[in-house]
Amino acid sequence: MGILARASAAEIERHLAGLPPPPRHARLRGPETGLVMVRGRAGGDGAPFNLGEMTVTRCAVRLPDGRVGHAYVAGRDARQAELAALVDALLLDEAARPAVEAAVIAPLAAAQQARREEQARRAAATRVQFFTMTQMR
Amino acid sequence: MDTRFPGFAEPVLDAQASFRAVLEAMSRPGRVQAVVPPPEIPSGLSPAAAAVLLTLVDSATPLRLAAGAEAEAWVRFHCGCPLVSGGAAFVLDPATALLSLDAGTEEEPERGATMILEVAALQEGAGWRLTGPGIREVHRLRVSGAPAGFVADWARNRARFPRGVDAILCAGTSIAALPRSVRIEEG
Repeated sequence: MGILARASAAEIERHLAGLPPPPRHARLRGPETGLVMVRGRAGGDGAPFNLGEMTVTRCAVRLPDGRVGHAYVAGRDARQAELAALVDALLLDEAARPAVEAAVIAPLAAAQQARREEQARRAAATRVQFFTMTQMR
Repeated sequence: MDTRFPGFAEPVLDAQASFRAVLEAMSRPGRVQAVVPPPEIPSGLSPAAAAVLLTLVDSATPLRLAAGAEAEAWVRFHCGCPLVSGGAAFVLDPATALLSLDAGTEEEPERGATMILEVAALQEGAGWRLTGPGIREVHRLRVSGAPAGFVADWARNRARFPRGVDAILCAGTSIAALPRSVRIEEG
């Protein structure tokens, strides 16, 4: 789900095209956009506090065989939420699960991992080493 | 349990239209209004009752519901309301007696519960004689399938005004309302 939530609608759509066309789904709820309060804890175990509100779009869809998929994604992209919910529903079928994981989840995960590494590399290139007199001696 | 049933096809417009129908029904007691039902209805609910629940019930209004597990899961998903057995703001439970519901207090009569009652059919022009605010002289409404002793209970509900319980009658896709101010006589 985290991988789908971080992928764009266009990416999910492109990878879904590699699979046999999914059955027509019905929308149970949404896609609808709202605010959720993000809470945090100081230091991870302190008193909870409200960090701020973030925009979230959610969707629930049903396939003709009754499987229900849910998705909550950050931002306002209704198409992304609907596609993520659809993939979530497709993944519920144990028989079809490996095919969907190989066609959609694996390439998205690889692309996201590559993006993260690229970013880390670019950040690492600008790293500055600080020396003190004691270290130089 | 997850629900398999959708909510309103057009969440905003259909809820607004249904709210308007409930408002009209409450301000003109006994007049039959049509609501916009969701495309599919879980078993145990009539289309009108489903539309009324979607329109009026949310996380701030505790609901008492006795319409089966499917309806319960559907309401939990779409309305997000607390399901309670006592102190409910809305009640859809054929087993409850009108007079056992929360009637509010003299200081806060608006806290009285609203009863959603499933009946077999609603027909204007014959049956009960309704009088009271919102009715020019007299309005007649035939309610088939009302609980036994409803009219007698209603007279006792009416007697404790301004405290009391309001009722929304649902049959098929139509509703009629009985606010606590209305007087009912068998016709």
